Amino acid sequence: MPVVEVPPGAFTRDRSEAPAVLIRNATLLTGSLNRPRIEKGWLRLRDGMIAEVAEGEAPTPEAGEVVIEAAGQFVTPGLIDTHSHLGVYAQPGIAAHSDGNEATHPVTAHVQAGDSFWPQDPAIHRAVVGGVTTIQVLPGSANLMGGRSIVLKLHPSREVEAMRFPGAPDGLKMACGENPKRVYGERKSAPSTRMGSLAAMRERWIAARRYRHKWAVWKQKFGDGAQATEAPPERDLGLETLAAALDGKVLVHVHCYRADEMLLQLRLAAEFGYQVRSFHHAVEAYKIRDVLKEQGVSVSTWADWYGFKVEAEDAIEQNLALLAEAGVQGILHTDSPIGIQRMNQEAAKALFAGQHAGVQVNEAEAIRWLTAHPAWALGIEARTGTLEAGKMADVVVWDKHPFSVYARTRKVFIDGRLRHDADAPGPAWSDFEVGR
Amino acid sequence: MIALLVPLIIAGAQVHTGDGPPKTASVLVENGRIQAVGEISPPLGTQVIAGTSLVVTAGFIDASTQLGLVEIEMIATTRDHDAEGPDSVRAAFRAVDAFNPHSSVIPIQRAHGVTTALALPTGGLIAGQGFAFDLGAEVPFLPAAAFVVQLGGREVGSRGQELAHLRAVLADARLYRKNKAAFDRNQYRQLAAHPLDLEALFPLLDGRIPLVVHAHRQADVRSTVELAAAEKLKVILAGATEAWLEAPRLAAARIPVIIDPFANLPGNFDMLQVKDDLAARLAAAGVPVILSTFSAHRVRTLRFAAGNAVRAGLPHDVALAALTTHPAAAFGLADRGRVAPGQVANLVVWSGDPFEPASQVLHVLVGGVEVPLAHRQRALFDRYRKLPATGP
Repeated sequence: MPVVEVPPGAFTRDRSEAPAVLIRNATLLTGSLNRPRIEKGWLRLRDGMIAEVAEGEAPTPEAGEVVIEAAGQFVTPGLIDTHSHLGVYAQPGIAAHSDGNEATHPVTAHVQAGDSFWPQDPAIHRAVVGGVTTIQVLPGSANLMGGRSIVLKLHPSREVEAMRFPGAPDGLKMACGENPKRVYGERKSAPSTRMGSLAAMRERWIAARRYRHKWAVWKQKFGDGAQATEAPPERDLGLETLAAALDGKVLVHVHCYRADEMLLQLRLAAEFGYQVRSFHHAVEAYKIRDVLKEQGVSVSTWADWYGFKVEAEDAIEQNLALLAEAGVQGILHTDSPIGIQRMNQEAAKALFAGQHAGVQVNEAEAIRWLTAHPAWALGIEARTGTLEAGKMADVVVWDKHPFSVYARTRKVFIDGRLRHDADAPGPAWSDFEVGR
Repeated sequence: MIALLVPLIIAGAQVHTGDGPPKTASVLVENGRIQAVGEISPPLGTQVIAGTSLVVTAGFIDASTQLGLVEIEMIATTRDHDAEGPDSVRAAFRAVDAFNPHSSVIPIQRAHGVTTALALPTGGLIAGQGFAFDLGAEVPFLPAAAFVVQLGGREVGSRGQELAHLRAVLADARLYRKNKAAFDRNQYRQLAAHPLDLEALFPLLDGRIPLVVHAHRQADVRSTVELAAAEKLKVILAGATEAWLEAPRLAAARIPVIIDPFANLPGNFDMLQVKDDLAARLAAAGVPVILSTFSAHRVRTLRFAAGNAVRAGLPHDVALAALTTHPAAAFGLADRGRVAPGQVANLVVWSGDPFEPASQVLHVLVGGVEVPLAHRQRALFDRYRKLPATGP
């Protein structure tokens, strides 16, 4: 259910080009719970995967192994941004590149961000230089149900499909609050109020349940359809996405700032039987951190953005820290082609703002805001997000502690391939930047 | 602001004076001013802030903000920095008339070490007049600090026409000044702008007030340099993505440049020659570099902007100057930006390197008075420190 999935993330990347790598004598900030910091450690990358991670003196390099001497340097998992519009609001930020909001109807669950994504966005390369290896590209927040997101590995590529994170579930982007009611209310169409927004969401979920039921009945009768004597129900791409969200196959990401509205969204989810995987922006999450903890919802937010609209007024610098203290999976997201270049600094700001205010939060947790927690929110936590054997070789070597403002990435590996090398920087990836 | 009657001393800190390398010293403050910097035995009754192992800088100056002119960007009635409307020459628009010293935005920014802001209007060709204020003061100390002009690509028409318009306005301002009586007798052709706009520009023509010119493309930067020379204006360049291509001319003309070190994207077709290390390149060529957030709500990130400029190659001491002595010099704020006798006592005590997120602001003095580091966000934090919230 549904019978035909929208193109699944079954694409498997050829990893034969990934070199064998030994990174040694580094401080490892692993992102894992059981061993978050290894003071002097080493790791081996093989065939695009992390083969070994250990403490102490590194073994003798094998023949053909690339050795990265990293004494005094730091290694983290590749950073993951759950909230990006790279490629759908590409640089330069002109109308010709404005492909993130299908703002022609408040419910456009049938569209897919991947179909708007421009792999030549000059911001992509810069994000990789900042240590980012995986992003979720979302439709914008003009719509209540804006469409499907796509999870990407930031490889240079001619097409979006080759960047798709193998096997990652798509997301459903929802939005509540000011944006949809402003966009449509100004046109004198629905929704023009928050209650209008919720009513429209309910109607779609009711339709999605009916759609799912129709398909279930048909599938019960005819299985894979080979012997079917009745035509299957007509496909509806929007309802198919919502039905997949009800089944937990598409993860639900809700743009929502205010605490009271997040609680309404949680009630809506309970009413129709789906899970909110992550609230995005969520500047008031600290007010309901007990509920978020209890319901297992993650929070994707900034370190210090606020004040650009009314629903962003109650942001505080300790939001992520308070969430951490309460046991909520906090995530540092960026929503910005500038911010994505220094996610490490943003996490540092949130960490120290918490510590300076006496909140119980530590370095290990702040690393997880950038790695393990976003991996979980995107449903890829078994594949990436920590420095552990068996994970994808998404690895960053930093010249200083990543929570220093002066830290730069030295090496960025994605699937074991060296995609940024500060010691031998290559040309800009984007064709847009060629020959100007 | 009422200055403390009791003298105050910050004792034995690492002081970045703005003049040479940092030194271990004490700073004596009285009557709103810095009285002495050095080895000082505090007078009887002096309030003492122990500064050992702490860092003292002059309060940072953000040279291009909309602070005090906006509460919430998307609520039009709280947004006063842009005169908007069809008339693109708004020289008579004094942003200071819209200043809200009680804006909750101000103390939030101050808690990260910014004590002085240039609040500048936006929009149009000549956006209007900006002012300078200390964060916490009811009344701006410099109500007319700069004019603001915006050059570059336009949705309608050519950037060249905008420049011609600007020259015509300046020419008519000179003409009108010379022959005001003739205009009053109605013996004049149509002027390029309203007489009040032209009259407002007189101090600019005399070089008494600087002109902040926002321009990104190299051609617009060059036009700005030429305009400054031809019109004998005191010009400060802002934005300036492609200014590195004109660095020698800017240095020769001693034109300061305000930049945002985070801006490293080709955001539009005026910014194609964008460089990560713009600040470092300009500084190396001898251009006085000023760093700014170009914002209201992000002014508090100024120190991280400086850190990022250092990360991209700007020397640390130059980055500090870019937040203190350079903006003070560019805008003629003679008694701000340094830790030296006679300066207004705008001071920040830091737990370490001001540019590092790990460092904490411990004390902020504005006009010699220690101001609270509390603000609206901190009050919300306190209210929700324990759940359920201890609100009403």
